[in-house]
Amino acid sequence: MRVRLAALAHARSGDKGDTANIGLIARDPARYPLLVEQVTAPRVAAHFAGIITGPVERFELPNLHALNFLLHGALDGGGTISLKTDAQGKVFSTALLRMEIDVPDD
Amino acid sequence: MTQRVVRIASGQGFWGDWLEAPVRQVEGGPIDFLMMDYLAEVTMSILQKQKSRDPTLGYARDFVQSMERILPHAIERGVRVTANAGGVNPRACAQAVGDAARRLGLTGKVRLGIVSGDDLLDRLDQLTRDGHALANLDTGRPLSDVRERVVSANAYLGAAPLVEALRRDANIVITGRVTDTGLTLAPMMHAFAWRADAWDLLAAGTVAGHVIECGAQCSGGNCLADWQSVPDLANVGYPIVEASPDGTFAVTKHAGTGGRISVASVTEQLVYELGDPRAYITPDCVADFTTIRLEQAGPDRVRFSGIKGRAATDKLKVSIAYFYGYKAVGTLVYAWPDAYAKAEAADRVVRERLARLGLRFEALRTEFVGADSTHGPLATRELDRNALPEVQLRIGVRARERDPVERFTREIAPLVLNGPPSVTGFAGGRPKVEEIIAYWPALIDKRVVTPCIETLDV
Repeated sequence: MRVRLAALAHARSGDKGDTANIGLIARDPARYPLLVEQVTAPRVAAHFAGIITGPVERFELPNLHALNFLLHGALDGGGTISLKTDAQGKVFSTALLRMEIDVPDD
Repeated sequence: MTQRVVRIASGQGFWGDWLEAPVRQVEGGPIDFLMMDYLAEVTMSILQKQKSRDPTLGYARDFVQSMERILPHAIERGVRVTANAGGVNPRACAQAVGDAARRLGLTGKVRLGIVSGDDLLDRLDQLTRDGHALANLDTGRPLSDVRERVVSANAYLGAAPLVEALRRDANIVITGRVTDTGLTLAPMMHAFAWRADAWDLLAAGTVAGHVIECGAQCSGGNCLADWQSVPDLANVGYPIVEASPDGTFAVTKHAGTGGRISVASVTEQLVYELGDPRAYITPDCVADFTTIRLEQAGPDRVRFSGIKGRAATDKLKVSIAYFYGYKAVGTLVYAWPDAYAKAEAADRVVRERLARLGLRFEALRTEFVGADSTHGPLATRELDRNALPEVQLRIGVRARERDPVERFTREIAPLVLNGPPSVTGFAGGRPKVEEIIAYWPALIDKRVVTPCIETLDV
């Protein structure tokens, strides 16, 4: 079954210069392994194709059932330079929640 | 002096945060310390400009008003304050707070601590001559690229100078560019007599600082998890750390306040502005966020334990601000029918007119607010375009020179009469040309930055 991340996780994002970070947190710890398996850095980079100009890094926080992504070249120069409404990447996290992943039927 | 539990309350998550928060923290229940964070990356450059126009300015003036409201209570109850409200002029900020204390009849009862030494602006050329490259951390470019356009340069100091000010019995410690986390860690180091190389303890205090440095953002504010059920945000309680000498702590809030403190709300804040979770680097230590253990220990109470840290690095981060150029953003609102198509047509008109004028911009960016401004193509490919009742056209330009940006600001209003139909929302007038002060992150050897600690008795 294809399920949007919004149904499985919550998230928050912020900025460091021209890099946005997205912390993706499993609502149910039992679903965390699904996130680790499917929400990979290449998959996130493909999701944001045309929106970000740099690479994506991923870090795991199994203690918090969370993944942390760094999206480089995400903010049109970032901070004060950026012309984006979301110059500080505050809602980048919600764009990731549009992604769909496979959830086993149980 | 060592205490069993020390309560450190967050009273301000950024300059511009809720004015009621510090008052509610001091009056709403028992606390020992109030920490207030005022400085974002570009705040220092704004303050530096104010100071260059008037040498008695250059600090967060809101802080003085907040102190006027809370000082009588705080002094009576023994609540001590740590705040980086001093900006580029902590001494002037302390003078203003001292004046306020005297007006309140608190003469003889207040000792102010002042932490400075972070300001490197006057030392930049000497430092570069001495071989400190201050290269841009993101791009690797040397500072000489922008040296003549630098408006402020501040090293991020850690908790140590605040600890010294507290040891000297300061009630209110006012600092320049001190890390947000240091404002929370310092009271713990002071109260529990933690050593400066007790890395696990310092990491725990740093994590506590990270959790509460954004005010209500860990206690139900901006919380996506089950947001509709977060109670009574109008009355939101700001977070309080209840710290123990062994480095464990709980995050909670005053009874009777709104908001929510849960594992979910706290986790959202833990990942906020996070880089490599194993290496959260501050001047005080390197904290490992993958060691944090969270437990819901009661209603609106999350317990933290297990936190590990490593030795601090021998560098300090330096925040340099420099003049970059100019930008302006213009907006118009288009109504149904065909709201999106009308906004797109208007954008084409503007771009063609700008091109015919021969104006050159470093960047020209169009967003259609209501359709693509936050999620871009991820949103528009799922969109029912014709159903949109309205779309805001938002065009921004950026250039190194002022002239093309100034000329751009004259190209929005005419569209009301000479562009696509059903347009409104121009009440605000012409777009404003804004100066861009950009941010240059760098590192510097710790040994060349000496914090200065003073006290001032009122």
